Amino acid sequence: MAAVLESLLREEVSVAAVVRWIARSTRGSEDNPGEAAALSSLRPLRKEFVPFLLNFLREQSSRVLPQGPPTPAKAPGASAALPGRPGGPSRGSRGARSQLFPPTEAASTAAEAPLARRGGRRRGPGPARERGGRGLEEGVSGENLPGAGGRRLRGSGSPSRPSLTLSDPPNLSNLEEFPPVGSVPPGPAGRTKPSRRINPTPVSEERSLSKPKTCFTSPPISCVPSSQPSALDTSPWGLGLPPGCRSLQEEREMLRKERSKQLQQSPTPTCPTPELGSPLPSRAGSLTDEPADPARVSSRQRLELVALVYSSCIAENLVPNLFLELFFVFQLLTARRMVTAKDSDPELSPGVLDSLESPLFQSIHDCVFFAVQVLECHFQVLSNLDKGTLKLLAENERLLCFSPALQGRLRAAYEGSVAKVSLAMPPSAQAVSFQPETDNRANFSSDRAFHTFKKQRDVFYEVLREWEDHHEEPGWDFEKGLGSRIRAMMGQLSAACSHSHFVRLFQKQLLQMCQSPGGAGGTVLGEAPDVLSMLGADKLGRLWRLQERLMAPQSSGGPCPPPTFPGCQGFFRDFILSASSFQFNQHLMDSLSLKIRELNGLALPQHEPSDEDGESDVDWQGERRQFAVVLLSLRLLAKFLGFVAFLPYRGPEPPPTGELQDSILALRSQVPPVLDVRTLLQRGLQARRAVLTVPWLVEFLSFADHVVPLLDYYRDIFILLLRLHRSLVLSQESEGKMCFLNKLLLLAVLGWLFQIPTVPEDLFFLEEGPSDAFEVDTVAPEHGLDAAPVVDQQLLYTCCPYIGELRKLLALWVSGSSGRSGGFMRKITPTTTTGLGAQPSQTSQGLQARLAQAFFHNQPPSLRRTVEFVAERIGSNCVKHIKATLVADLVRQAESLLQEQLVTQGEEGGDPAQLLEILCSQLCPHGAQALALGREFCQRKSPGAVRALLPEETPAAVLSSAENIAVGLATEKACAWLSANITALIRREVKAAVSRTLRAQGPEPAARGERRGCSRACEHHAPLPSHLISEIKDVLSLAVGPRDPDEGVSPEHLEQLLGQLGQTLRCRQFLCPPAEQHLAKCSVELASLLVADQIPILGPPAQYRLERGQARRLLHMLLSLWKEDFQGPVPLQLLLSPRNVGLLADTRPREWDLLLFLLRELVEKGLMGRMEIEACLGSLHQAQWPGDFAEELATLSNLFLAEPPLPEPQLRACELVQPNRGTVLAQS
Amino acid sequence: MILTKAQYEEIAQCLVSVPPTRQSLRKLKQRFPSQSQATLLSIFSQEYQKHIKRTHAKHHTSEAIESYYQRYLNGVVKNGAAPVLLDLANEVDYAPSLMARLILERFLQEHEETAPSKSVINSMLRDPSQIPDGVLANQVYQCIVNDCCYGPLVDCIKHAIGHEHEVLLRDLLLEKNLSFLDEDQLRAKGYDKTPDFILQVPVAVEGHIIHWIESKASFGDECSHHAYLHDQFWSYWNRLRTPGRSSCSVFKSSLASSWKKSPPKIIIRIGL
Repeated sequence: MAAVLESLLREEVSVAAVVRWIARSTRGSEDNPGEAAALSSLRPLRKEFVPFLLNFLREQSSRVLPQGPPTPAKAPGASAALPGRPGGPSRGSRGARSQLFPPTEAASTAAEAPLARRGGRRRGPGPARERGGRGLEEGVSGENLPGAGGRRLRGSGSPSRPSLTLSDPPNLSNLEEFPPVGSVPPGPAGRTKPSRRINPTPVSEERSLSKPKTCFTSPPISCVPSSQPSALDTSPWGLGLPPGCRSLQEEREMLRKERSKQLQQSPTPTCPTPELGSPLPSRAGSLTDEPADPARVSSRQRLELVALVYSSCIAENLVPNLFLELFFVFQLLTARRMVTAKDSDPELSPGVLDSLESPLFQSIHDCVFFAVQVLECHFQVLSNLDKGTLKLLAENERLLCFSPALQGRLRAAYEGSVAKVSLAMPPSAQAVSFQPETDNRANFSSDRAFHTFKKQRDVFYEVLREWEDHHEEPGWDFEKGLGSRIRAMMGQLSAACSHSHFVRLFQKQLLQMCQSPGGAGGTVLGEAPDVLSMLGADKLGRLWRLQERLMAPQSSGGPCPPPTFPGCQGFFRDFILSASSFQFNQHLMDSLSLKIRELNGLALPQHEPSDEDGESDVDWQGERRQFAVVLLSLRLLAKFLGFVAFLPYRGPEPPPTGELQDSILALRSQVPPVLDVRTLLQRGLQARRAVLTVPWLVEFLSFADHVVPLLDYYRDIFILLLRLHRSLVLSQESEGKMCFLNKLLLLAVLGWLFQIPTVPEDLFFLEEGPSDAFEVDTVAPEHGLDAAPVVDQQLLYTCCPYIGELRKLLALWVSGSSGRSGGFMRKITPTTTTGLGAQPSQTSQGLQARLAQAFFHNQPPSLRRTVEFVAERIGSNCVKHIKATLVADLVRQAESLLQEQLVTQGEEGGDPAQLLEILCSQLCPHGAQALALGREFCQRKSPGAVRALLPEETPAAVLSSAENIAVGLATEKACAWLSANITALIRREVKAAVSRTLRAQGPEPAARGERRGCSRACEHHAPLPSHLISEIKDVLSLAVGPRDPDEGVSPEHLEQLLGQLGQTLRCRQFLCPPAEQHLAKCSVELASLLVADQIPILGPPAQYRLERGQARRLLHMLLSLWKEDFQGPVPLQLLLSPRNVGLLADTRPREWDLLLFLLRELVEKGLMGRMEIEACLGSLHQAQWPGDFAEELATLSNLFLAEPPLPEPQLRACELVQPNRGTVLAQS
Repeated sequence: MILTKAQYEEIAQCLVSVPPTRQSLRKLKQRFPSQSQATLLSIFSQEYQKHIKRTHAKHHTSEAIESYYQRYLNGVVKNGAAPVLLDLANEVDYAPSLMARLILERFLQEHEETAPSKSVINSMLRDPSQIPDGVLANQVYQCIVNDCCYGPLVDCIKHAIGHEHEVLLRDLLLEKNLSFLDEDQLRAKGYDKTPDFILQVPVAVEGHIIHWIESKASFGDECSHHAYLHDQFWSYWNRLRTPGRSSCSVFKSSLASSWKKSPPKIIIRIGL
């Protein structure tokens, strides 16, 4: 490898040739003109070139590490660890190196030496190739370990030349190193010393390089564990320490463990730890930036060449992660300073001069120059970044200084950019509303299940609310706080059906809360949903931004963060973990898979290169939004599916190896995948829908365990993805191919995936000769989704928040070394929470349908959407309309039929089920009208709606066609539903009506009559029923006793009470049937007490007994109330119940006249029939009475029976019973 | 009407182990003339219910029931017209209606072969004439009309009050021209738990957006607030999509200061 670079730098080989060489190797085509013999001899090493190049750059840059934000796990750069690592057993590599670059070559340019050296190492035995990927990855994560870099450097060559150390974040744990770095003199030293370094130095001692490394190895490693500020940041720190050490195996092993641990833990929303960042400013603050000067670039040509090769590799997608490389380049661009190492390395002092190691970057000027060179080649990518990043780039003074042309283009791009990426607000949790269609009782197997689900919904939200309130509190623990409650709730979900109900709720809530990365369910682009924003313009906007800034997490965890569950997603993750319910997980996977399939297959509107300009733009807004919603939903669902599906296989232990691995592989390959993602991917690629399928697939795969990529099934997937990755060359744009931003999105997510620890390191560079085969097979629809501009920056940044790290890097540069206080702004991109608005395209058959399709094809997509929308709404309205008219009419008919039935059949109206059958058989045939009515409705309503929604200027023919299609579709939809469901609907409604009617009738259907409301003039001022019941109850309790001697009621009060009762009964406003029933019963009780003279009277004469006349008056009032005012049944038979008649037995002397009076009045007013009274009297005889009472009762009974039906001479009859009371009676 | 905590506690203090009778209520009214009878009765009832909840179990042991029953039998043998059952209830500090139920159950167990069903008992309590034993019927009736905290009559009064307040609320909504769905309409749509009213178009009241209204025609002490929140209000919130905070409101006829602690998503208002 090094040889290639070497010959390149010697100008033996042209850059173009090298690039061709690499590209060929990747494309696997052999028909190259054998331009460079030197290259052809190196052919077997071609695929190692890229890893080598990357490692080389990282290593070189480690000497000038910028003071950028500490990039956690997978930041690029920290190459320090690389040189040893790739070589594996360093013995072999060493040999190779010395062979390739003997000391005699010292005469060659300074640059060659390091190249050669690295090259030699890289070339080691077989495994080296595989190590390449890994090396890169780990190197990457070691980035920003200034200490490491510097140290390594010193180790390699410091004694002979004052090498550079980095002024980067201190290695906190490394006390040994910390002070010297801190005390490094600022800028000037850095600037002056490079000049010394440039001087060629004797090379002879190069071999001794290994020695210092060894010396350095042990102490740093021992420091590693303590140097871990957090799980997330462990690897960079840990990695950086032992760079260049010889016992790399050991180091790597440790790293691997660390990584797999981290992977297991990663799902926590990792916030970059403040510990990492905080030391930076304080130290940085004490240093000044080193100005970069184009005039002082040390070896332009060499840098240009390397930059060109590097850029070409990036452009050809030969690097695994585009944005990682950009991040690296940005770091170089914003490198603050180079600090020379003090020549204090004790181990090195005996060392020898290392003339071969003339570094690529000898000064800040070199770094910036190189970075600008690379950036110039990638202007197109840069110009598609968000506006904020563009602004920072355009304003970067180094860029201006080194390449005014690029700066000018960037400024122009900035000014033209509309790609404002806005942050989302985490909304307060919204509950999924009750869904009558699915949550209805009818969808549950039993009442019990229904009620259990009812409870569960409440528990679920209780848990959710509690989480909302507490999860940010320190010390609050999900499992401790909620675990047992969740498990108790899961325990209640016994029936399988309940599980599916709950899972549906869970999934809906998940989608509702977490569609965007911060867990926020905001809205997409500029669709600020709030009422607030309508209130005031500018200030509110600022407030909004301020709030965003306060609420947004500071960092997403570097350019390659591990998969996490930010924000609300954490709740769902923890819920799943705490529930630890197999059933729940299974149902959840089923449900997620189903939803993913559904959304993935959604017919999203496809781009038609239409001729109209302005309109299509507006249309695309909507389509993008719809696409974004679908894509984000898919990603969310897939992430959780991956999480749950691979959950059983993930553990803290490192991946298995050897035989164990084989057996696990054998086992796992038996297990069918939870979702056939391979087929979905293949289909997606064929149908040119990669832009939809791949991003969610990546989310799914990011949770795979270590074994997954080794399984054949998933290996195929990875190979497909790799091929796709290679094929997405950004510079190749052509009609019908994928849009630029679509490609960028795919490159970003794929690049991210390739950095996930569980993805084997060798995977990326392993693949041979990929893309050509891939390119051919897409004979898909002329314009797939891939060719449609469905991705915008908002979506890109939402899906890949780590791209925002670029901006942070630049912002940090602007904020200056002391400017950490401002913090980074993290981009959270909002998405809409609105429903998916899925409009499955109508698949109607026949010529008509094809005509309609053809019609739409020639029209702007908005027309089709409008028509489909209208059809959908009108169809739905039609069903509702039919329900409200036809069905309601039928229900009314059913009610009146039922009434008739009940009247004719009397009280035993028959079995309700039978009644229902009769009614339904009569009514359901009428349902046939529904179709005709529905057709008529759609015919009437659709055209108007289409007309209202389409532009005024739509040609008449187009309009009428659109109207007709809308009518057709609406009718189709409505009739399909109606014909399938109308009978069931009528049945259901009639059934409800029947049970309602039967219930309303109560136990005494005879007494029912239509209810009257209050009269129109009524002002509802009558006393409230509750008050009256309470008052009457008081009188009753007084009468029944026990009572104090001074207690009693006045006759006036009684009269007033009955008057009020009359008012209340006449004003029906507040009266409910139970209240009326109780009032009726109480009034009967009151009458009985009156008859028995049991009411204690408070009168001026203190007579304690009611006068006969008053009693009769009151009874008259009661009779009138019963007759006129009560609308419900009055239990008058209670008057003759043994208990009430028994009240008479207690009075001395007994007075029967009132009872007789009452009975006669009842008969006369038609309140009770004679027969009825006779029956009651008859049954009274059966009770046990004192002897004399029974006699009197018999007399009364006879008297009453003897009375002629016309009870004219009532007084006489009473006299017969109680002659001595005659005078009293006469008074009345 | 809003009571201060101190006022409320003073009233509650007076209600410690007071029998739920007409006389007690009268004394309470004399003691706190400034409070409405409805408020006093509501507080009385709630306090007494809390008391009964605490002591309920000890009256339901088989020994206790047996001993009450024997005392009842002895009492009525001596004098069937005396308020035996009522006195017994007051003496052992138990609600008269509940005592009546206890004795009635025991009585029926003795006189019928099968254990009486709940609905039979309820029906007899509603209409004591159905009780086969005349003396017991009178005793039961006496208990029921003298109990101001329990029993079918009291239940009916409470129900009526609730209904009346709903009607008042509905009238108010109609008067203000607010479109709403009531409980029946919601039930017809299949909702399992519904508030009294859902506003079809939300309104803002004192800066809070109101989506639904539940009328609670009773005195709201801390305990009942908590219970209502748990049993009803959160359930509504869980079912009705209510964006933002403070979206639901509850009206109460009278209330202690404790309502202020209620969560911001649910507003509690006192009085219409």
